Amino acid sequence: MPDALPAPSHEAEAAPTLPKAPTGIDGFDAITQGGLPAGRPSLICGAAGCGKTLFATTFLVNGATRFGEPGVFVSFEERAEDLVANVASLGYDLDRLVAEGRLAIDHVRVEKSEIEETGEYDLEGLFIRLGYAVDSIGAKRVVLDTIETLFSGFTDPALLRAELRRLFGWIKDRGLTAIITGERGEGQLTRQGLEEYVSDCVVLLDNRVSDQITTRRLRVVKYRGSAHGTNEYPFLIDHAGISVLPVTSADLDYAVSDGVISSGIAGLDAMLGPGGFHRGSSILVSGESGTGKTMLSSSFADAACRRGERCMAFVFEESGAQIIRNARSIGLDLQAHVEAGLLRFEAARPSLFGLEMHLARMHRDLEAFQPDVVVVDPISALRGPTSELQATLLRMIDLLKARGITAVFTSLRTEGALDPGDDLGVSSLMDAWIKLLNVEANGERSRTLYVIKARGMSHSHQIREFGMSGAGIRLVDAYIGPAGVLTGTARLAQEAQERAAALRRRQDSERRAREATRRRQAIERQIAELSAGLEAIADEERMLHDEDSLREAVLDEERRQMLARRASAQGSAQGSAPAVPVTGSGITPGVAQGAAQRAAE
Amino acid sequence: MNDEFSPAGEPEAEPDSGHYHLRLYVAGQTAKSLAAMKNLKRFCEEHLAGRYDIEVIDLMKNPQLAAGDQILAIPTLVRRLPSPLKRIIGDLSNTEKVLVGLDIRPKDSEP
Repeated sequence: MPDALPAPSHEAEAAPTLPKAPTGIDGFDAITQGGLPAGRPSLICGAAGCGKTLFATTFLVNGATRFGEPGVFVSFEERAEDLVANVASLGYDLDRLVAEGRLAIDHVRVEKSEIEETGEYDLEGLFIRLGYAVDSIGAKRVVLDTIETLFSGFTDPALLRAELRRLFGWIKDRGLTAIITGERGEGQLTRQGLEEYVSDCVVLLDNRVSDQITTRRLRVVKYRGSAHGTNEYPFLIDHAGISVLPVTSADLDYAVSDGVISSGIAGLDAMLGPGGFHRGSSILVSGESGTGKTMLSSSFADAACRRGERCMAFVFEESGAQIIRNARSIGLDLQAHVEAGLLRFEAARPSLFGLEMHLARMHRDLEAFQPDVVVVDPISALRGPTSELQATLLRMIDLLKARGITAVFTSLRTEGALDPGDDLGVSSLMDAWIKLLNVEANGERSRTLYVIKARGMSHSHQIREFGMSGAGIRLVDAYIGPAGVLTGTARLAQEAQERAAALRRRQDSERRAREATRRRQAIERQIAELSAGLEAIADEERMLHDEDSLREAVLDEERRQMLARRASAQGSAQGSAPAVPVTGSGITPGVAQGAAQRAAE
Repeated sequence: MNDEFSPAGEPEAEPDSGHYHLRLYVAGQTAKSLAAMKNLKRFCEEHLAGRYDIEVIDLMKNPQLAAGDQILAIPTLVRRLPSPLKRIIGDLSNTEKVLVGLDIRPKDSEP
């Protein structure tokens, strides 16, 4: 189904083969690789109300204002005033363009009741009017809307066909890029088979209703001499005009970025190896209602804006103002970012358009705002057949990745829902998946989150409990232990218990340490006493030894004195008698002297 | 060639007097244009003698005049007066249709 759209760079190569006139319609020029064939008529056909006239008007207005090619609008249905009024809502000021000579409007009224045919005629008058209008402003573009009306006014179809053929030939000869619109007919593209004459380029517009939701689609049926996208492309008509979404690009050749951006929640960043998500990745945040998906994505948006990046939020369930108010409760001032032009909310009911239209709108808004970060909250609000839904989301992700936009998708997941696989189908497209889980235990509910996957990075496998407060979202480690995973009050109780136990253990060991110290000190004291005793003994030993040697010395002296006295008594011993006083027992003065000495010590 | 030829007096005759003010748009001297002019003159002389005037406009020379009378087909005969405005296209070769288209009843057939 998807066909590869050549990159814009191929345009330059295709250009020499067939000159093209850009329509200025977003996406259409991409599908046709440059626009409608220049200098040739193209047929735009479709049923009533598909936007043929608007397409044609846009072609002319863009030609006049953006590409310097004045244009002529030949209206066979609407009066000039009606035409001006109809497109004024798109911001097209046709009156001004007419006054400036960049646009000419000619209303060709075909009223059968006023026309009586009386013989041979031709449509030279139409040629003259067209030629005059073209010449008067130097037009390069022409719109004939809807030329088939002629068939209702004139009775000779053979002549009309011949004249139309001549007209288209004339347009080619004049080198005018023309759009001819035609009503969708039975069994053929237009009621009168105009496609037979306008063979260069045929574009079919379609407005299909399915499940009460209409989707506009556009298909290039043929484009002679040029490659073109062959799919049906959804297109959008709103206040900003027409935009076509060239949806499918088959190749997965995004430029990847190695940059890492913060989620705005420190705890969550810490769970991821590089400290954040890869720039340009797609992140899915899934969870039941009330798990904090929107607040998580708001944090992400806030972080992006704080970095000075542009962030766009597509919200499907709340208005932007409501999200701003709610985010204020967790301390995020999104209003300031909105005022600074960094943040834009695009809120729409999911049922407002079909999936394709949502995609087309998103595409246009992305082109206009050029965001760095996109929040889609929630993708689960988009309803449709599963296959179509997944294809749409795939293209949505494609769209974002091709632009290197980091995207946060939230997805509501209801426990016990009929189709619990909803987000599983999407999850394989996502680079990272954060799951939010409400844990109910002990009569209370706590918010937890964990990272299911994060491509290209290591990440924590643990459940974290998180709390939302005025200070933002804060993650706490959930208690994981023998008793299982505990959160909330139970976690707090368990933590208190553990703290008490730790305190007890600490006290216990401190006590044991004190005991040991005490015992050591006691032993040391004993050691000190014993060593003191040892010293005393050593002293005594030394004293005894000293006494002995003193006694020996005294005895020696006495012996020497006695010897000396004996020697003098024998010779001349008068003068030496008072030298040694003899006291008491006479022979033991040394001992007494030693005792006195010891006492002194 | 905005030539007026009014063989039967004043073009500014009173409107309600059955005066016919006709304008013939042509584009150059084509066979159809010439045939239309010839047929118109013959027809007027036959049925409207004395109470008509014809204005021939060549759009090749005055293309800006085509839009005013909503001219598509060539040749186109426009009955300006009496009102309402009528358009007759073709070379006017079918006299019967021209009579019906211009809502003319010949004088002699009036009751």
